[in-house]
Amino acid sequence: MDQGNPLVEETASAVSSLSEEVVRVEGLWKVYGRESKRITSDKYSQMSKDDIRKKTGNIVGLKDVSFSISKGEFFIIMGLSGSGKSTLIRNLIRLIRPTTGRITINGVNITKLSENDLLEFRKKTFGMVFQNYGLLPHLTVLDNAAYGLKVRGLPKGKQYAKAMRFLETVGLSGWEDYYPNELSGGMQQRVGLARALANDPEILLMDEPFSGLDPLIRRQMQDEFIEIQDKLNKTIIFVTHDLSEALKLGDRIAILHDGEIAQIGTPEEIVTVPADSYVQEFVQDASPAKVVTAGSIMVEPEVLLYSWEGPRTALSILKNARRSGAFVVDKKGILLGVTNINRLERIIENPVESQTKRIDASAITKIPSVSEDTILEDLFGIVSANPYPIPVIGENRRLVGVVRTDDIFETISPNRGDQND
Amino acid sequence: MIDFPEIIRIPLRDWIDEIMSWLLNNLETFFDAVGWSILQVMLGFEFVFTHIPWFIFIPLAFLGGWRMLKSLSSGITFALMLFLIGTFGYWEMAMQTLSLVSASVLFSLLIGIPTGILMAQNNRAESIIKPVLDGMQTMPSFVYLIPALMFFGLGRVPSVIATIIYAAPPVIRLTNVGIRTVNPEAVEAAKAFGAKRKQVLWDVQMPLAKPSIMVGVNQTTMMALAMVVIGSMIGAKGLGMEVLLSINRIEVGRGFEAGISIVFLAIIIDRLTFSLSERTSQNNQSHE
Ligand SMILES: Nc1ncnc2c1ncn2[C@@H]1O[C@H](COP(=O)(O)OP(=O)(O)OP(=O)(O)O)[C@@H](O)[C@H]1O
Ligand SMILES: [Mg+2]
Repeated sequence: MDQGNPLVEETASAVSSLSEEVVRVEGLWKVYGRESKRITSDKYSQMSKDDIRKKTGNIVGLKDVSFSISKGEFFIIMGLSGSGKSTLIRNLIRLIRPTTGRITINGVNITKLSENDLLEFRKKTFGMVFQNYGLLPHLTVLDNAAYGLKVRGLPKGKQYAKAMRFLETVGLSGWEDYYPNELSGGMQQRVGLARALANDPEILLMDEPFSGLDPLIRRQMQDEFIEIQDKLNKTIIFVTHDLSEALKLGDRIAILHDGEIAQIGTPEEIVTVPADSYVQEFVQDASPAKVVTAGSIMVEPEVLLYSWEGPRTALSILKNARRSGAFVVDKKGILLGVTNINRLERIIENPVESQTKRIDASAITKIPSVSEDTILEDLFGIVSANPYPIPVIGENRRLVGVVRTDDIFETISPNRGDQND
Repeated sequence: MIDFPEIIRIPLRDWIDEIMSWLLNNLETFFDAVGWSILQVMLGFEFVFTHIPWFIFIPLAFLGGWRMLKSLSSGITFALMLFLIGTFGYWEMAMQTLSLVSASVLFSLLIGIPTGILMAQNNRAESIIKPVLDGMQTMPSFVYLIPALMFFGLGRVPSVIATIIYAAPPVIRLTNVGIRTVNPEAVEAAKAFGAKRKQVLWDVQMPLAKPSIMVGVNQTTMMALAMVVIGSMIGAKGLGMEVLLSINRIEVGRGFEAGISIVFLAIIIDRLTFSLSERTSQNNQSHE
């Protein structure tokens, strides 16, 4: 880290505030077996996991995996059972030693850390949540939540105060003296979450944290977790095999296939442009309506009226464009609503109102608008209720584009791709 | 042709004898020290057990059975059994036997639990120790008497040594297995928070392996008790000696009284140690 020049650091962080890299994985291999090192040579890089196992008896857990994760990102690792998800996430915290490759976290190559440095590093950087909670059954909920703090060597009082606060965050106040086996699965996982959060980790690792839960509880936990994350804004690396969970939570998704990364992209990219047939199969049940956003299919409005131009200009613009109506914005580009030929003509005929040069508010109908990241599914109600394209507004209610009904249905129709028949 | 040729002979017995005499000559002070410390512990136990009057000991056993097993009838049974032992005239011998068993169990655990921990944490140690344990358990228990006798002479000390060798394997095995089968996620969780090896061991592995270790303690205790008769062959006093004597003299009645006294002790010790292992597993159910 360059501590020398504060100016440099400041500009650097200002520039990269959007994409400050926290995790970088390069050429990571994990091979289980006797001759693990040999397998990472070029000779085997073209062979499939199955062939390598049959030929050499070694099991490839991860094969030449590279990616990076930015600060504050919600990064999903997805794949079928055995695809290497757990192996990958455990490599990041070095619960498993990589066979070859580099893992850089906050600029530190952790594959080279000594045992002691590694322990320190885990304490200050990571929190981890496990599929089967990983709680200590002989300790109370409170002691479990405080365990990370205990390992850090905090005094008992501080441990408990902090642990209590996070038990409250996850909605478990009042349960601190119970034992884990007296709690439901969902509640146990809240304890696991509180334990991880209590350490105030920079990066939260979660290995299928909600897979063990009933669908209903799972959805509830996801929603609550989104809320918690909104407040805390951690970097999260989250393993799941549930596509809808991935699409709902993730900023980006990496799809693993036999230890290799098949595709990395935003939920939208993964669903709309699957990289190969494996990903395609994965996402075939996903409705683009759940991932594609209004912002990504919006277009410029063909005709746009400015309120200060006055009704006469507006009328002639509409007539020239052979349009019956259009959106109206003010000087700042803020959307005022829609108007149409009939209403414009009416205010022109009315002498009192025509004295004002602006298009009068009485000629404008307010209509519902959406934001850029509204998913298509949420547009359906609006589409059916009004005949106009849907206005998309950005910051300060400025109109940034419109979504046409045709585009919505074209995007979500199942035979948009070529692989489907 | 039928007989095995006499010329081919490996003098294993000579080698072993030589090793033994070398050990005896060179490590005499060591063995003396070991023998002395065992004897002190042994005497300590004996002092305690023989100085508790029977009219206090029996109510204690009653309370133990009642409180620990949570059943009044167990308490009564225990008290009755001890009372019967008294009526056979074996009270003092029973106390001597109890001291022998207690000392042997104490040493077995002191040696066995750390050995089990070592095996659990180190695969190479496991692969070396495991066959040794197998050997220790399959070998006839009389065999242990020989080296014990040679190093420590006759009396209580060699008897304790032989008992330790015979009784330690279960607690070693079950400590190892207990630690190895601890829910791996709980161990990973501790590691993920930066816990040191020692912290993982004491915060997670040992508490979660406790039920298994307690089963080992129970088994070790029972095996120590089973060794009582054999131990008496090299001079340990107590009920075992009594059984041995009555076998030699073919006094069936006397042998029966001594034998049943050992059985009574066994039942009481078994139930009490078993209840300990039960109790530890109650709050400790690991998650599937
Ligand atoms: N300790 C191990 N020894 C040998 N092979 C292993 C070991 N751990 C994992 N593997 C293998 O590595 C591959 C990846 O396993 P991993 O547990 O990472 O998969 P996963 O994607 O997490 O699967 P799941 O969804 O079932 O949890 C599998 O083929 C597995 O058999
Ligand atoms: Mg997994």
